[in-house]
Amino acid sequence: MSTETLSQLDVDRTRGDFHYPEQHTFDAGSGLSHATVDYISNVKGEPDWIREFRHKALDVFFSKPMPTHWASEDLENIIFEKIRYYLANAQRPTRSWDEVPDDVKRTFERLGIPEQERKFLAGVEAQFDSEAVYSNMKKALGDQGVVFVGSTDGLKEHPELFKKWFGKVIPTGDNKFSALNSAVFSGGSFIYVPPGVKVKHPLQAYFRINAENFGQFERTLIIADEGSEVMYMEGCTAPKFETATLHSAVVELVALKGAKIQYVTVQNWSANVFNLVTKRAIAHEEAEVKWIDCNIGSRLTMKYPGVILKGRKARGEVLSIALANNGQHQDTGAKMIHAADETTSNIIAKSISIGKGRSSYRGLVHIPKHLKGCKNNTECDALLINSTSRTDTYPAITVRGSGNSVQHEASVSQVSAEQIFYMQQRGLSEAQAMSLSVNGFVNDLVREFPMEYSVELKRLIDLEMEDSVG
Amino acid sequence: MSESLLQAPPAAEAFANQPDWLREARQQAALRFDALPRPSRTDEAWRFSNLRAFDPQDFTPARPVALEVTDSLLPLSLGADSHAGSLVFANDKLVARTRSAVADQGVIWLPLEEAIEQHPELVQRYFMRSEALFGSAKHLALHQASVRTGTFLYVPKGVKVEAPLQAFHWIAGSGQSIFPHTLLIAEEGSSVTFVDWFKAHSDSRNLACGVHDLHVGQGAEVHYVSVQDWSRQTVALHSNATVVGAGGKAVHLSLHLGGSFARSESVSHLRGAGARSEMLAATVADGAQEFDQRTLQDHCSPDTSSDLLYKNALYDEAKTIFAGLIRVAPHAHRTDAYQKVRNLVLSAEAEAVSLPGLEILADQVRCSHGATTGEINAEELFYMQARGISERDAYRLITYGFLNEVIERLPENSLRVRLQEALQARLAGH
Repeated sequence: MSTETLSQLDVDRTRGDFHYPEQHTFDAGSGLSHATVDYISNVKGEPDWIREFRHKALDVFFSKPMPTHWASEDLENIIFEKIRYYLANAQRPTRSWDEVPDDVKRTFERLGIPEQERKFLAGVEAQFDSEAVYSNMKKALGDQGVVFVGSTDGLKEHPELFKKWFGKVIPTGDNKFSALNSAVFSGGSFIYVPPGVKVKHPLQAYFRINAENFGQFERTLIIADEGSEVMYMEGCTAPKFETATLHSAVVELVALKGAKIQYVTVQNWSANVFNLVTKRAIAHEEAEVKWIDCNIGSRLTMKYPGVILKGRKARGEVLSIALANNGQHQDTGAKMIHAADETTSNIIAKSISIGKGRSSYRGLVHIPKHLKGCKNNTECDALLINSTSRTDTYPAITVRGSGNSVQHEASVSQVSAEQIFYMQQRGLSEAQAMSLSVNGFVNDLVREFPMEYSVELKRLIDLEMEDSVG
Repeated sequence: MSESLLQAPPAAEAFANQPDWLREARQQAALRFDALPRPSRTDEAWRFSNLRAFDPQDFTPARPVALEVTDSLLPLSLGADSHAGSLVFANDKLVARTRSAVADQGVIWLPLEEAIEQHPELVQRYFMRSEALFGSAKHLALHQASVRTGTFLYVPKGVKVEAPLQAFHWIAGSGQSIFPHTLLIAEEGSSVTFVDWFKAHSDSRNLACGVHDLHVGQGAEVHYVSVQDWSRQTVALHSNATVVGAGGKAVHLSLHLGGSFARSESVSHLRGAGARSEMLAATVADGAQEFDQRTLQDHCSPDTSSDLLYKNALYDEAKTIFAGLIRVAPHAHRTDAYQKVRNLVLSAEAEAVSLPGLEILADQVRCSHGATTGEINAEELFYMQARGISERDAYRLITYGFLNEVIERLPENSLRVRLQEALQARLAGH
């Protein structure tokens, strides 16, 4: 692996583990109330309908119980009164690195963002705590009518588009954490790709948490108009604090007729972050939505990207890799809601549990009645590295009516002692042999990823495996 | 479930010479039944279940049947040709028994009420000892408070019973409730095959709430077959708990044919090293029938294995739910567990729900599950039609073949034939 490829992307856990003193101009303080919502709305100068939307969402959040009847009881350890819900220096991101405040700039430079932008990205947005500090896109794309801005700017500059789709894919009351996000959201991306425009290079967003006891609630809305194509990548890091940090995003994708959206996540939050994210797409006729979801960091991740296959022949796909090490629970999966004839979906989930790590797959495949020619394929494979590791699989599949075909398979296995022995005989150390086995386990899936990400993922797996044997 | 369910005759009437521990256990169970909340859909164990099936109904503990009814039931209580003995119950009362030579081998083969009198210690050691899983505490309590009879089968160490033993549970009349019970204990190195036939005298609405527990000792081998053929209006709740000791083997095959709402819960606790369990079921669901199947393959010891195969054929507006979990406890290393559910959907309105789960906390395990839902392969249909078989016959033949694969797993030939006949009869209308 060359040093050049290594520096292209940064999702390395150790490199993200630093932070600068806070200098926030805007701080909503600790705790959550209607006053917090008003503070955020005032600072952002939002229209009334958004303010009302936020207040209603907060009531929904308060009224909903924690989902601990099925989910991890670790959720009870989130202390909502101690979290700070909004921290920012300024309201508008700059378009030039020179104008970004020095310590923030140093943060992103250490993470290699400007470098990546020059090399292969069509646009970059960098969010620091609650707001985007930098947002830029190649000029040619802007000329074609592509919009790539923060959610705050999206709301201000494109109110009709924004209002038409905002909260329509994921309603406020979908779950407790989507309600929380709807009440206090800030940051995230707003993307619109006009009909027929194919964005060749990926757009990237970078999410950084710098402050302690903080909650990041970005809100992303991507609309790909008829026949357009776009790929969006997100990365995230945070320093390791003693206290828990909350990240609760809502991401809505709309793929109109014949459009294609690929959404790539490499989640490498530090091990004190609760990562509770709702992600869902609507795919219209002949549209394709693909979620590529890698979860390596965080304390507890609960994330089940979904696709509502609304139009005939729409296609949805989730490719998911989760790696759970000591102190981590990766509770991930996928949802496929078939709502039209001849829709197809594919879910491939691989998880690796190391040490005392726990990974869970939770899935939903729903084919209601009177549909014809729908197909789903689901494969879940889990690899257990140590005797203390744990893995679970909890799929739910409902199929109504003949004429559809659904298959689900899951398996759990180990790295066999024979394999390791074979490689050690040929001069590899035990750790190297283990890394090679694990990489082999995820290899067929990683091949589907954009090249830069597959290289990075392999390196991350190597890092995680270093201390896992012996 | 209504309060009236509890207007069972006082326990003293149910069992003559009832020992104190049993009277107390039954009183406690009655209190538990009253105190426990009704299941709700937010319980994971009742997810997707149609809880309207539990709306209060006017079921009363079944009254004894008339002599002429009994006479009509007996010719229908034959079972396998080569059986080693039968018990026939109607409305929770023993109405007939065949002489059996198994007693000569030291096998205890009695209706439950006689076992309580003659072998109170044995009954006490095993009677309803399993914890309530699947959110079933309430109906297990109901069963314990209301049970009046059933089968007690004890096979001593090393004894091998060659031919199958069997029991028939009939329900007659309407608005009646019965509580069939099966308690089978196979001591070390023994082997036995036992069949429960659940049948209805007429097509009326009744409630059956049964408990069927198997204790398979070290190196013992038990085949347990249940043929659930209640009326199409019956609400049926059947709970099975199987405990398998070291090196033992349990095979539990169910044929699910009857009931309006039929819930079957089945757990295999693989308690001893090297224990093995096979859980097999074939279900025909049509009309508005709903089959709710919950299973657990509970691996608590190293080197245990389990293999589950559930097949459902769905017609009309029928619904099936399969929720199965493979649970591998810490230290249950080298577990080999497999689980497969296959749904064959034969109409536009039928609904199949599959919830196959895994919870693995051990090392060096091999666990996998598969769930498929689909329709009949068009090529297979064409192949048959090209050979002069009508479309309707082809559908039925393919469906029969699909389900028969489960029955074929049984080694006992004369029993297999009876099950195949029951399946054919059930599919005849389609």
